Amino acid sequence: MSEPHRGESAPRAPLLSIEDLTVALPGDGDRPEAVSGISFAIAPGETLCLVGESGSGKSVVGQAVLGMLPHALPVTGGCIRFAGAEMPPQRDRAFGTIRSAQIAMIFQDAGASLNPVRTIGGQLAEILAVHGIPKPDRRPRVLEVLRDVALPEPERIARSYPHQLSGGQAQRAVIAAALLLKPDLLIADEPTTALDVTTQAEILALIARLKVEHELAVLFVTHDFGVVAEIADRVAVMQEGVLVEAGMAEDVLQAPQHPYTRKLIAAVNPTPRTLGQHGDTPILDATDVNLIYRSGFLGNRKALHAVKDVSLEIAAGRTVAVVGESGSGKSSLARCLLRLEEIDSGSIRFKGQEISTLTGAPLRQLRQSIQVVLQDPFSALNPRQTILSAIAEGPIIHGMAPADARQKAAELIELVGLSAQSGGRYPQEFSGGQRQRICIARALALEPEVLIADEAVSALDVSIQAQILDLFADLQRRFGFAILFITHDLAVARAIADDILVMKSAEIVEHGPADRVFAAPAHPYTQALLAAAPGLDLFRRGSAA
Amino acid sequence: MTGYILSRVLRAALTMLVTVTLVFLFIRLSGDPAAALVPPDAPQEVIDQYARAMGLDQPLWQQYLGYVGGLLQGNFGFSIHTGIAVEETFLGRLPFTLHLGITALALAIFIGIPIGALAAIRRGTALDRFVMGFSVFAFAMPNFLFGLVMILVAALAFSAFLGGENANVIWPALTLGLAAMGSFARFTRSSVLETINAPYMRAAEARGVPFGMRLLRHAAPNAAIPLVTLIGLSLGALVAGSVVTEQVFAWPGVGQLLVRSVATRDLAQVQFLVLVVAFTMVMANLIVDMLYLVIDPRIRAK
Repeated sequence: MSEPHRGESAPRAPLLSIEDLTVALPGDGDRPEAVSGISFAIAPGETLCLVGESGSGKSVVGQAVLGMLPHALPVTGGCIRFAGAEMPPQRDRAFGTIRSAQIAMIFQDAGASLNPVRTIGGQLAEILAVHGIPKPDRRPRVLEVLRDVALPEPERIARSYPHQLSGGQAQRAVIAAALLLKPDLLIADEPTTALDVTTQAEILALIARLKVEHELAVLFVTHDFGVVAEIADRVAVMQEGVLVEAGMAEDVLQAPQHPYTRKLIAAVNPTPRTLGQHGDTPILDATDVNLIYRSGFLGNRKALHAVKDVSLEIAAGRTVAVVGESGSGKSSLARCLLRLEEIDSGSIRFKGQEISTLTGAPLRQLRQSIQVVLQDPFSALNPRQTILSAIAEGPIIHGMAPADARQKAAELIELVGLSAQSGGRYPQEFSGGQRQRICIARALALEPEVLIADEAVSALDVSIQAQILDLFADLQRRFGFAILFITHDLAVARAIADDILVMKSAEIVEHGPADRVFAAPAHPYTQALLAAAPGLDLFRRGSAA
Repeated sequence: MTGYILSRVLRAALTMLVTVTLVFLFIRLSGDPAAALVPPDAPQEVIDQYARAMGLDQPLWQQYLGYVGGLLQGNFGFSIHTGIAVEETFLGRLPFTLHLGITALALAIFIGIPIGALAAIRRGTALDRFVMGFSVFAFAMPNFLFGLVMILVAALAFSAFLGGENANVIWPALTLGLAAMGSFARFTRSSVLETINAPYMRAAEARGVPFGMRLLRHAAPNAAIPLVTLIGLSLGALVAGSVVTEQVFAWPGVGQLLVRSVATRDLAQVQFLVLVVAFTMVMANLIVDMLYLVIDPRIRAK
């Protein structure tokens, strides 16, 4: 472990200083303390990124600063000082005047951190009211901050309800709420994790601008070293409640000391994969596929063109990544290929045979050959079914003798890296990464020739992501199936794909070998996506090395 | 939004039409109404005479059209026994039932919802467990039993009679509202629990909004959305429950009228009462749908 105070060459007295903070984790947690004796300080106007994966205790620190720790997480040692004064004990009433006024906080899911049944303007004005700002002054101030975060038409936004805003607009509105009372410190807890890359880039730029204009100190909690590279002055890395490394951003990024830090940085810039086998004949191909969702009743009929003239092909043993932002139609495309949607026009062929019109028994038979792994490993498994039975279910339905199917399921459980004895256990006894391994085993139980992975690693921590991506690649080498990997994350696409398809507004805008697309993107949108990816510099350094 | 309102109104109208048709058919399926009117040993000519007088000799579709046409003109028929227009008898009973039903609903809302909210806020405490225990009891207790026990205890211990039209409405209302009270409490608890743990509640806390204000201005409007549905649906249970409760307490309301009309095979009266109950339910649902427009901006946008 390196010296936590290493980077503390800040000339001014710290705005926030945390000294030896320890928070207990009672009950049956995996460790006795959520946060163990961590110390760091933030100078006025400085951005400190607190980096770690889920469960590292990084969010606990953010909550502790605002006195919002629940009773279940008592502070057992250390102290937090803000502007020279010691903070009141957790949940103390005195925090009422500190929150928003001196320290503001924003959260990961901006849409969810706004009350869905009240207008943006009403919610912002409420903060001013709570802190004693007289009524006539509220509305002008609300409109002023909405303008300050570059929201178009502040009057209209003030009248809007949260569901009427896009993800990026909601995050801007939440940041506006944080700025209302001109605080000195902003705590941002993964504020861009739920956003698309281009929106994320805008929000990061906004926070960087506000930091300068308002001399705002920022405690930025994140798991993503790409984001760190974009905005951090200093970095503190946490692992399992312990501060393992801290220092100036450039130092940590260029010469990480701790193996955990190195692992997190490597996740931003994965080694491109060595090409899969070259199969020449496509195993799955599609031509001019169109999918239109129709909804509504009587006066309000709507049609949404979700997939527009999409053509693609995948050869055995190859991996094609479909990259796009939310709403680009990439998951709808997956549903078409899986024959979960009836396409409106076009054709889909499996080994040269048209499958878009199959029904009944032939369709059921086809389902064996094209399997799927979904994003959320928590909801993708039936909580009342043992994992052995979940994996054996498919083969049994497709006619395998139950004893053989269970035998096979047991082998698959070991193959995906779980212990052979775990077959009788239920999904909730496993971690997210382990559950995704179970989902992969379940998909492979039918010996598919095409595996469609829909954001299959997006819900996982970065270090787990790397393991699951390795597992995909390893199993592919062994069994030779083709993979269609749908992702919004360019780093993931880079790590796994031979070929890349870029989707925007239901259409494929760029298509090519992965190294070509990353090195020389042809379409302006691909260029914009790559430019928006946080930590582009890291990217470049990695490719040069 | 216009599309939303239009589709709900149309749906309500359609539901009413289907109900009217079903009521018409079922009553005719339940046996020859003319035969039911006359003494068991009446000769066939007498039955036929009754049938002719009531239009029962016409083809079914003609009877149906005549029936629906009559309904549209406010002609609901006459009681076979008293000869009084069915709606008149009904209107005479209605104030009693409204008095009972509204009191029962008010008890359920003003006791059930606060104790449910309290249980959610004090989650895991003895108070929470008590409220949950009470709500299971309230929900599971059949109201005829609860009413009878209450009458019995009052009579034996206090020499008081809780029934009859001059009795205090509170006793039958408590009996009738008990089950709704239990389900409101339970539902409020889970709805409030869901909202007080919502991200926007934490965000409001981080913005310095005090606890009481978070509860009233942020949690309550959101927790109310599913409760409105529940209250609308529970009107049906209240109407059904009033049949039994009015009987037990000798309360001269519509429920008692319905029981009496069924027992005496007063077809026109039964037919009318069933339609009124159905109409109440359809209107309650329509009102709930319209209330959504007011309390949930996400629906207003559609």
